[in-house]
Amino acid sequence: MTGPLLLGIRHHGPGSARAVRAALDAARPRAVLVEGPPEADALLPLAADPGMRPPVALLAHVADDPGRAAFWPLAEFSPEWVAIRWALSHGVPVRFVDLPAAHTLAGAGEEPSQAAAAGPEPEPVAVPGPDADGGPGTASGDPPEGPADGADLRHDPLAALAAAAGYEDPERWWEDVVEHRGGGDALAAFEAVGEAMGVLREEHGAGGHHRDLVREAHMRQKMRAARREFGDEYAVVCGAWHVPALRMKTTATADRSLLTGLPRVKTETAWVPWTHRRLTRASGYGAGIASPGWYRHLFTAPDRPVARWLTRVAGLLRDEDFRVSSAHVIEAVRLADTLAAMRGRPLAGLSETLDAVRAVMCDGSDVPLALVEDRLVVGDELGEVPEHAPVVPLQRDLTRQQRSLRLKPEAAERELELDLRKDTDAARSLLLHRLGLLGIGWGEPAASRGSTGTFRETWRLRWEPELSVRVAEAAVWGTTVLGAATARAEADAEAAGQLGDVTALAERCLLAGLSDALPTVMRVLADRAALGADVAQLARALPALARALRYGDVRGTDTAALAEVAAGLAERICVALPPACTGLDADAAAEVRGHVDGVHTAIGLLADAGLRERWSAVLRALAGRDTVPGAIRGRAARLLLDEGRLSGGDTARLMGLALSRAAAPADAAAWIEGFVGGPGGGTLLVHDDRLLGLVDDWLTGVPADAFTDVLPLLRRTFGGYEPGVRRTLGELVRRGPGAGPAAAAPGSAPTGFAPDLDPDRADAVVPLVRMLLGLTGTRERGTEAMTGAAQ
Amino acid sequence: MTMSGNGTGGEALRPHAEDAFADELKALAAADDRPRPARWKLSPWAVATYLLGGTLPDGTVITPKYVGPRRIVEVAVTTLATDRALLLLGVPGTAKTWVSEHLAAAVSGDSTLLVQGTAGTPEEAIRYGWNYARLLAHGPSRDALVPSPVMRAMAEGTTARVEELTRIPADVQDTLITVLSEKTLPIPELGEEVQAVRGFNLIATANDRDRGVNELSSALRRRFNTVVLPLPADPEAEVDIVARRVDQIGRSLDLPAAPDGLDEIRRVVTVFRELRDGVTTDGRTKVKSPSGTLSTAEAISVVTGGLALAAHFGDGVLRPSDVAAGILGAVVRDPAADRVVWQEYLEAVVRERDGWKDFYRACREVTV
Repeated sequence: MTGPLLLGIRHHGPGSARAVRAALDAARPRAVLVEGPPEADALLPLAADPGMRPPVALLAHVADDPGRAAFWPLAEFSPEWVAIRWALSHGVPVRFVDLPAAHTLAGAGEEPSQAAAAGPEPEPVAVPGPDADGGPGTASGDPPEGPADGADLRHDPLAALAAAAGYEDPERWWEDVVEHRGGGDALAAFEAVGEAMGVLREEHGAGGHHRDLVREAHMRQKMRAARREFGDEYAVVCGAWHVPALRMKTTATADRSLLTGLPRVKTETAWVPWTHRRLTRASGYGAGIASPGWYRHLFTAPDRPVARWLTRVAGLLRDEDFRVSSAHVIEAVRLADTLAAMRGRPLAGLSETLDAVRAVMCDGSDVPLALVEDRLVVGDELGEVPEHAPVVPLQRDLTRQQRSLRLKPEAAERELELDLRKDTDAARSLLLHRLGLLGIGWGEPAASRGSTGTFRETWRLRWEPELSVRVAEAAVWGTTVLGAATARAEADAEAAGQLGDVTALAERCLLAGLSDALPTVMRVLADRAALGADVAQLARALPALARALRYGDVRGTDTAALAEVAAGLAERICVALPPACTGLDADAAAEVRGHVDGVHTAIGLLADAGLRERWSAVLRALAGRDTVPGAIRGRAARLLLDEGRLSGGDTARLMGLALSRAAAPADAAAWIEGFVGGPGGGTLLVHDDRLLGLVDDWLTGVPADAFTDVLPLLRRTFGGYEPGVRRTLGELVRRGPGAGPAAAAPGSAPTGFAPDLDPDRADAVVPLVRMLLGLTGTRERGTEAMTGAAQ
Repeated sequence: MTMSGNGTGGEALRPHAEDAFADELKALAAADDRPRPARWKLSPWAVATYLLGGTLPDGTVITPKYVGPRRIVEVAVTTLATDRALLLLGVPGTAKTWVSEHLAAAVSGDSTLLVQGTAGTPEEAIRYGWNYARLLAHGPSRDALVPSPVMRAMAEGTTARVEELTRIPADVQDTLITVLSEKTLPIPELGEEVQAVRGFNLIATANDRDRGVNELSSALRRRFNTVVLPLPADPEAEVDIVARRVDQIGRSLDLPAAPDGLDEIRRVVTVFRELRDGVTTDGRTKVKSPSGTLSTAEAISVVTGGLALAAHFGDGVLRPSDVAAGILGAVVRDPAADRVVWQEYLEAVVRERDGWKDFYRACREVTV
């Protein structure tokens, strides 16, 4: 053998993986070098751990900024993974040789243009799956906008090769030529691919990626080190694109000069579980392969991949109650094979098998096929990392809690119903709320089905691999979930801009059971409330607080401190509201009116008698002050009336004043909207003749030119009523103005009613009333008594 | 035996596919060096090329017969090559019959072995009947037997076609099970059987949206590979299909060529698509859908009708008034409900649209 064994692969290519294994078995090198971050060398032995189950990813992140991170996903069928496992099981040293993450991550911060593309640094060979290349999988919380595609289109050497071979789709070309290729000489294929890449590199150079040159220089340096140790008996597994560069004769000095002066940062590395879904192209973190499930199958199937695949499809369809027999499978296999022959492919690929499944098993329908694509072609596999693998302490605490609460992270979305009266469920709820505070969005609260009880919660759970990054990010806050969440809440409270944010935070703290964080949050809240001059902010904050107070005790949290703050807040509102209600335009008035409603409800929840008195005094003041806009005055009067704090007479007086001729029609209409707008307003008018009369009188007295101005307001007010109420109102009005107070003498009737009882209609009600009262058996007497009473 | 065997391809109202495209088939056969299944006239690859169109090495241009996803044709041809029966499914007017005829013509060079499925199709149409004069005179014999198209295809190793399979009563449908699974047709009266020779296959078409159909039994269904023919994916493809077919039909009817009909064709396709999808092409306005299917085939017949009108009664140019009546007839199937749908569409969509004034007026004229 001359020179080291250079195995140029396509990342995540099952055929490459197979070939790598065969080549390693044949050549038996004394050391294996793999494209990947050297920082992770220490983690490599873990790959042989029985607890390690791919897909997993190497995570490297900047030590003090875990948000800047990169992934190197590895699936069972990744050639790199195969090489690592081979080396470990043969007791051969294995090392990563790519440019250290210390440099790539440092670069990512400083050269934004490159960093943007870096996500998926266009890895030429691996049309899919760059990341394993210095192009860090992706950095930070936000997936990059355009994954590999954009950059690949610019220059894709694989496409050039495929086009030369007469293929439209480079993927398919590579699959036919390499991935689907059966036995044969393993080494020869690598030679051929290497040569083809050599030609391409001669033509295109580095493909315009300066970074590739630096990375290759580093790889060469590592190879020189390996040669000193093992002579030429070592193998290098890297993207095929790099092979010609690694074979190139350069001087160590030249390479070193390329590598000096690179920025570097301190990094940490860890194994994290990954999913098949994350390997797909659609996701920002993905490795860009379309069909991880299919690849895994190709790699793991001992023989007859198509037949085995279609049998699995049939099994899935049967589980979903589609009638699929073995005969279907046989025919599907035949169809797939013949299709492949007709399309000139060496072996039926994914598209042939799916076409066959559609035609044979799915009656030509795409619906069951979508199921197959989701479950098998992509798949729900979630990797596992051994427990003793180095992870951030927060992750360890989270894992411990997940285990004790029997809440396994799963890649598939599922719904979780929690009954907070049970200890385990309550603890689960706390954990999920705490994770939410930490920005680890494992569970999302969902609307409960059926029950609206406050002791129930519904969560939608889905563990995304990148949540591991979030955990690493959150690790700066503490070493346990509770500690980290508390610290984060306190920090958030200090940093919160608006009073409303702080109260919302307080609510979340209660839900998450962070009683240690509450004092800080409350102090911030009290401070903000004291300083805050804007009554609108105060008013916005109160409802959340009141809710927290009222329902917080379902969880048995101590809420005394909260009650104090809420009371203080309410007091402040009582003081500040009346002056804030003058000189408002219509829009502002409508907003304040909303606040009045909210505060009213909140104060009702606070269960503080003194406060309620205070509040009703405020309302009374508002209702009677002329400078307050009509909408607010009307609303205040209405709230007082509903509470029984304003007598019918007083109400009529207020209304009369507001609707008198001296008042501007627009303001009067606003008053009406404030007073009878919203639910229940219409019923009020139906049942109170006097009020209706007042409205009617006012309306008929509005001058013609002002009428069109008030019309929209009125329409908004009355248009909101239910149709029944509207009709009744209309009828009442049609019969003319009320004949005075309702206390009419017998014989004369209130408007809208006949003068006398209609005995027949009254009797018709009796059976139902009897049924409701349970008066069976005393039928005769009962009927008489009722009829008597009715009359 | 066949009355159409008189070679009057030029006179036939609608020549068979294998006659109309004889030149293309010949060129394909000459250029085709790929392996052919037993008794196939062309290799599967060449059959697919015949349907999808292309240019041969010798420069012969093969016109596309089917405009649609390549995958569909490939799966259909491959199905026939694996001697599985092929079921073409789709709403009316998605070229099911058209595809089946051309497949049979390309594979076997004969698209005439056809059973038309109706509610009254008897078993004899699929198995065999008797020439009763002979039967009485000479007793049961092979000579007295009248073979069905399916039986002939089995004996000759060619492709049989069954149109509208789901219209055939269920018990008659099931006659096909033996044919498709055992590849044999017993004749108990003679104590004989007809065994299918290699190359025999069957193409059935069925309409999956029609009312009053007889669902296939799962035993029969299992013996078919199903290919669903979709409606054209985008308006341009549909305009293309309509224009192409109208041109072909117009030629076979010797209609004078109408210049510049494309705008009107586009308009017809737009109207059909919008009513079919229930929403205007700009996605802004919802419209009601009428009860008819408004397939591409109907669009084609509207345009051909319009062309005939224009040629014989107009100035030879396809104008809105020429297609208006045809559209009305295609849309309004149910006189009460569909008329409302159509009028709403006219007033809400057509009237507002720029450049559609003539069309609107023409439609108003025929609608009232």
